[in-house]
Amino acid sequence: MSALLAVQDLKVSFDTEDGVVHAVEGISYEVKPGKTLGIVGESGSGKTVGTLTIMGLTRAANTQISGKAIFDGEDLLSATEQQMRAIRGDEIAMIFQDPLSSLHPFFTIGSQLVEAIQVHNKVSKAAARTRSAELLTMVGLSDARDRLNRYPHEFSGGMRQRVMIAMALANEPRLLIADEPTTALDVTVQAQILELIADLQAQTGTAMIIITHDLGVVAEVADEIAVMYAGRIVEQASATELFANPQHPYTQGLLASIPRLDRDRTAGLDPIAGRPPSLIAPPSGCAFHPRCPRAFDRCSADLPPLERAAAGSEHLVACLLSPEERSVKR
Amino acid sequence: MSAADPLVEVRDLEMHFPLTRGVIFQRQYGAVRAVDGISFSVARGETFGIVGESGCGKSTTGRLIMRLLEPTAGQLFFEGEEITHHGRRQLSTLRRDAQMVFQDPYSSLNPRKTVGSIIAEPFIIHREARDAEERRKEVRELMDRVGLNPEHYNRYPHQFSGGQRQRIGVARAIALKPKLLVADEPVSALDVSIQAQIINLLQDLQSELGLTLIFIAHDLSVVRHMCDRIAVMYLGKIAELAESERCFAQPRHPYTGALLASVPVPDPALAAAGRRPVLKGDVPSPSAPPPGCRFHTRCPKAQSLCAQEEPPLRELPGGSFAACHFPLGD
Repeated sequence: MSALLAVQDLKVSFDTEDGVVHAVEGISYEVKPGKTLGIVGESGSGKTVGTLTIMGLTRAANTQISGKAIFDGEDLLSATEQQMRAIRGDEIAMIFQDPLSSLHPFFTIGSQLVEAIQVHNKVSKAAARTRSAELLTMVGLSDARDRLNRYPHEFSGGMRQRVMIAMALANEPRLLIADEPTTALDVTVQAQILELIADLQAQTGTAMIIITHDLGVVAEVADEIAVMYAGRIVEQASATELFANPQHPYTQGLLASIPRLDRDRTAGLDPIAGRPPSLIAPPSGCAFHPRCPRAFDRCSADLPPLERAAAGSEHLVACLLSPEERSVKR
Repeated sequence: MSAADPLVEVRDLEMHFPLTRGVIFQRQYGAVRAVDGISFSVARGETFGIVGESGCGKSTTGRLIMRLLEPTAGQLFFEGEEITHHGRRQLSTLRRDAQMVFQDPYSSLNPRKTVGSIIAEPFIIHREARDAEERRKEVRELMDRVGLNPEHYNRYPHQFSGGQRQRIGVARAIALKPKLLVADEPVSALDVSIQAQIINLLQDLQSELGLTLIFIAHDLSVVRHMCDRIAVMYLGKIAELAESERCFAQPRHPYTGALLASVPVPDPALAAAGRRPVLKGDVPSPSAPPPGCRFHTRCPKAQSLCAQEEPPLRELPGGSFAACHFPLGD
């Protein structure tokens, strides 16, 4: 199956007063039709900047972008702003973290949905309203006709996120990018939204990139997972493989540092020492080496490439340790 | 329900915030029943968890115990002394013996003060370590104790990362060797790898200083990891009160069960094994809570009795307390 989106060696850096921030340092991945790629990482790992760049949302005078993002045969990074406007919200749609600040408070839900539809389709307002009501029903909001006349503040957080999802799906995008879609929501509402996203994806066959810091969320929705650290992908594998057999010390550290409901309560947490690195002056060699419990002298000198964990394996890892050393449980 | 030697005891505590209309002639037309009659006690040395979704009253409960708010009804005891309506001067002992760690390490530290003077503040307020040299020594010891470099005494909060700032908040809170520490979502603003560091720090300090800890959080996995006993709150009431292990292994209130089922588990095998029963709808408004059992509008087990009669919090065989007419596992 050929990829819907192929990102190749994407690099993004920002000139700031403090120096050049290397937000993304050469990442490559593919998203296949109907599949979900999860991108996991902590704040500052570059997970959001990478996708914003693909959407053409980081273009500014102080930004340097290189690499390719081939969507449907065309490179999004070299597309003009006008071409991007036609793609955004139509072929590729996005759901953001905070549903309150991504809806305009002055306009009704209906007018915002109608606008999203009319930007890309030549349809009458009445037809767009009918379609909007259908969309709201599809995302599980009752009395859709009545809701169209309401303002965002009249909706709860979960309902607003449903509206955002409806808006993102309005033009039947082929790729949906969800950036921390449930982080601002309560846990019972988060479960509702995750289920909704999974159901809608099954119905529409949309490919999806889900960006999150929550390993639990990504385990539930993603087929393939990429773990990012300091602007690079350090490990990539299918969801089942990644959780069953984490290879990179950072991934292993993340999994050991979260308390889990399916584990013994008294088992101590094993935090990762130190803190995420500066992106202005990242550590030499492997960016994780200052925090890595198993770092050895080469780690501070050589940058490990993202390679197959074993010959013929689809599991990719960027670590200088040998496969035997990596799989030793601490 | 009552501990042998309670440090904190709460009886039928209520906090109703008035809703008013008009600017000069204010008329009250309703009330937000943030906390609506809760009772529990916390033993010395215990870690007591309060969990719930946004708007359930868990933070208000914390602020009531700290007497940052004056309850509208009910009683509050600290070391056996009633402090429900104590004035500023009478509260001076409580102000020393009970300290708080806040959620947001950015807004809870004064940006214009150095870390040294932030941590020294409690000594000045409570007229301890009056000699500047002695105070500096105390502060350095505290910084060292919470894992900060004492040489960074003269730095400002913005020079520290989120996790380090939370350590500053913890150092300030333990400066006067309090008996009670109320931690309101102390890790939810932090990155995953940093959360575990702060959790371990709090646990170490607790066993070292013999602290009693009231831990307020929405993250069930974290609460289970930290706490001996847990109160699950819903719309200003306690739905279930039980020992941590029992509460998670055998939830008795349907709301606890639903909360547990909603938590995403970082294991794709488990996630695929069973699509969880998801609660429908949102939490109703605390200004107009549903009659009868407050949870009946979302409860999968609700019957007609639930809408009419409010279930009291009662002890069930096995030792858990639940406010439910038809508890789980009966």
